[in-house]
Amino acid sequence: MNHFKTLLIGFLATFSLAVQADAILIRGASVHTMTADGTLENTDIFITDGKIQRIGKNLPVPQDDVAVFNAEGKPLTPGFFAGITSIGITEVSAVEESSDSALALQEMHPEFNVVPAYNPNSSLIPVTRIEGFTFTLLDADPQGSIFGGQGRLVQLDGGYASFIGKPVLFISVGRDASSMTGGSRAAQWMLLNQAMQEADNPPAPTESTLLTRAGRATLSAFVINGKVIFNVDRASDILETLRFAKKYGLDAVISSGTEAWMVAGQLATANVPVLLDPLSNLPGNFDQLGARLDNAAILQAAGVEVIITGAGSHNARKQRQMAGNAVSYGLPHEAGIAALTSNPARVFGVADQQGSIQADKPANVVLWSGDPLDVTSAAEVVVINGKLIPMESRQTKLRDRYLPENPAMPRAYIKP
Amino acid sequence: MRYKIPLILLPMLMALPISSIRAEDYPSTYAPLPSVPTLITHATILTGTGERLDDASLLIADGKVVFVGKGKAPDGVTTIDANGRWVTPGLIDVHSHLGVYASPGVRAHSDGNEMTSPATPNVWAEHSIWPQDPGFSRALAGGITSLQVLPGSGNLMGGRGVTLKNVYSTSYQGMKFPGAPYGLKMACGENPKRVYGERKQLPSTRMGNMAVYRAQWIDAQQYIDDWAVYEKKLADKKDDAKAPKRDLRLETLAGVLKGEIIIHMHCYRADEMLTILDMADEFDYKVGTFHHGVEAYKIADKLAENGVCGALWADWWGFKMEAYDGIQENIAIVDRPKGSCAIVHSDDAEGIQRLNQEAAKAMGSGNRAGMNIPPERAIGWITSNAAKSLGIDKRTGSLEAGKMADVVIWNGNPFSVYAKADHVYIDGALVYDRENPALQPVSDFELGQLQGVSK
Repeated sequence: MNHFKTLLIGFLATFSLAVQADAILIRGASVHTMTADGTLENTDIFITDGKIQRIGKNLPVPQDDVAVFNAEGKPLTPGFFAGITSIGITEVSAVEESSDSALALQEMHPEFNVVPAYNPNSSLIPVTRIEGFTFTLLDADPQGSIFGGQGRLVQLDGGYASFIGKPVLFISVGRDASSMTGGSRAAQWMLLNQAMQEADNPPAPTESTLLTRAGRATLSAFVINGKVIFNVDRASDILETLRFAKKYGLDAVISSGTEAWMVAGQLATANVPVLLDPLSNLPGNFDQLGARLDNAAILQAAGVEVIITGAGSHNARKQRQMAGNAVSYGLPHEAGIAALTSNPARVFGVADQQGSIQADKPANVVLWSGDPLDVTSAAEVVVINGKLIPMESRQTKLRDRYLPENPAMPRAYIKP
Repeated sequence: MRYKIPLILLPMLMALPISSIRAEDYPSTYAPLPSVPTLITHATILTGTGERLDDASLLIADGKVVFVGKGKAPDGVTTIDANGRWVTPGLIDVHSHLGVYASPGVRAHSDGNEMTSPATPNVWAEHSIWPQDPGFSRALAGGITSLQVLPGSGNLMGGRGVTLKNVYSTSYQGMKFPGAPYGLKMACGENPKRVYGERKQLPSTRMGNMAVYRAQWIDAQQYIDDWAVYEKKLADKKDDAKAPKRDLRLETLAGVLKGEIIIHMHCYRADEMLTILDMADEFDYKVGTFHHGVEAYKIADKLAENGVCGALWADWWGFKMEAYDGIQENIAIVDRPKGSCAIVHSDDAEGIQRLNQEAAKAMGSGNRAGMNIPPERAIGWITSNAAKSLGIDKRTGSLEAGKMADVVIWNGNPFSVYAKADHVYIDGALVYDRENPALQPVSDFELGQLQGVSK
């Protein structure tokens, strides 16, 4: 351990020293707090014991062994949300034995939960977090059933038990699901209603059922205390979803929501947030005829909470480009950042841990080289739960292996 | 054996009544749309030839670039003050499936992969193109003026690709880039061996892939020889001169061996690309462009030495085993050697709309890795290098006097997430204007949808 009075960090060369420091001071940043305090210019934040201890101007260096970063006015934001992904659940999408995101059974198993499959040693975690992403929502992919199953938020610090918030339930309705239910989307609602009624009134042992006992218990639990994410695109299906959620008292969130802008008022009234891909502007199918680039802007203006998703697992880092495009098509810039920070944190009940920069809160922050929503800027410093993340991944190591020109020995001997 | 035919002989051969080399079938009916001479002033111009000109002018007239930089414009010319705006050549995507996997992506529109045999060089992507794909309009709003539509990668030899001008027309012939060479789409690796291996057919392995390619090239050599024998007999006025039966599969492959059809080869792994280059030596043809090449950075020097372009993504990786080693510096590293030809491609109806953003990401990654790539160089990845890959670089892909006036005026630096194309010109015609809905094309499919919805 180096005991310098203060470690003044050159961003790349001496980063490994900083990773070992007990405390972190980021000086002179443009701090996007994502709270009522707004953006604080030329502001310092001091991090120790996993938390943001102080936010202010010209903070003193209170102790030895502090990693100091001079931000020089660059933006500092809360760590970004990587969207609904299979990070840590899938290593290589097409390699089945490395992919655990979906239950390929035709029956309804809302009790299926992907969390036990989470592998914090996946290469996707460093690849994603060094781009400024600190948490994601693990997907349960509906591959054979209307019910995808359950996922949960996880922080990308590489811990075996870094889950936060409560499980969420994924339900898919509309085009994709109609083939799973005898060919009609009307049958989806029929079956979903039957499933909810089974959960309400346990059937007699002799009756044939849609759900297992565990499935009924899962649905009952979510009625009381859980978010249910409905993957749905068509405006009429979104309204049907709102009716269904109201009928059973479900706390619904819309995901995908290509035509959500058409029913923005109803979504705002029902206080139902929307997870969406702002790049979706093509009629990819007949549920998406209304796709448009200002979906996010229209929803936000109507008072709907918007969250960015859709970049997938391997390229989740594209989320900020997606938010940037939403801003380019009318979403206010700060709302674009909120769609990656405070909105997902609040909607999924982890606002005390992620999504804002506040004193006494766990330190999940990112210092950016420039506008965090622009494509030529990058994360320079990433802190998850108060710890500096080494800015290394399998990809940076491959890069550093192949950057040198004409090495004398095979590159297998270059081990960055 | 050598199958190169000197270019000077081509017109003569084409004049023969029947030949292994045919005049253009399914000919282009594209004609430039109406245009007026237009002078763009006070712009930041990226020429596509590596230059950046500040506070510069561009005159386009009669479908061509008249001058770039400074020059004398005729009186009364339509003038656009582009102060604060940037001007680039029209963007070119060398890898698109628009039209062959059209939106909406219903099964009836799945026309890009003839996966009934591992080698189908007899199929032509253009015969699958649905000209009403709404994707063309979205790509146009992103500044795309030309694109190559390719068959998919389920087959080792997927069929001919076609280069289009990005204009709406009732027929694909009305979009077809006049005189652009055909491409042959080939594929390495996982996709073909998976598709046919699952059916317990050849190929189920990478060595099986190679065996099938090689057998095809051997057939093509024989085909050329058979035609040469016939043509010799015909020239010698021999009575037994009988033309070989036309074979669409071998006609395409012979076109490759003769250097008329450009190879566009989907190939991810570095070692496989090197094996393919050896195969190209074995049969004396040239690989024009490796597409996808997530490991191209491992052989950047070899690609440059061989004059092979690398058409790549900025950041895709991990979706299959052969894409596991993707890095964000791939394009920048491929661009580094002298004589390189790095290209940003989309392979995607969304990505084609933002090729400038994809290039910006690749440029940023390269610069953070210590390279010094300015916008005037990176723009070549989506313009001039792409034109070179398609064999149309003498005519478009850069802003030089005499070239096609395929031009984009951006509202700012195109290497930004906030950049938008204000104007897009194809052969001098204003075909997209961001501020004027009358100059924003709408496909038949989208017309009249969602009538009750207020937009």
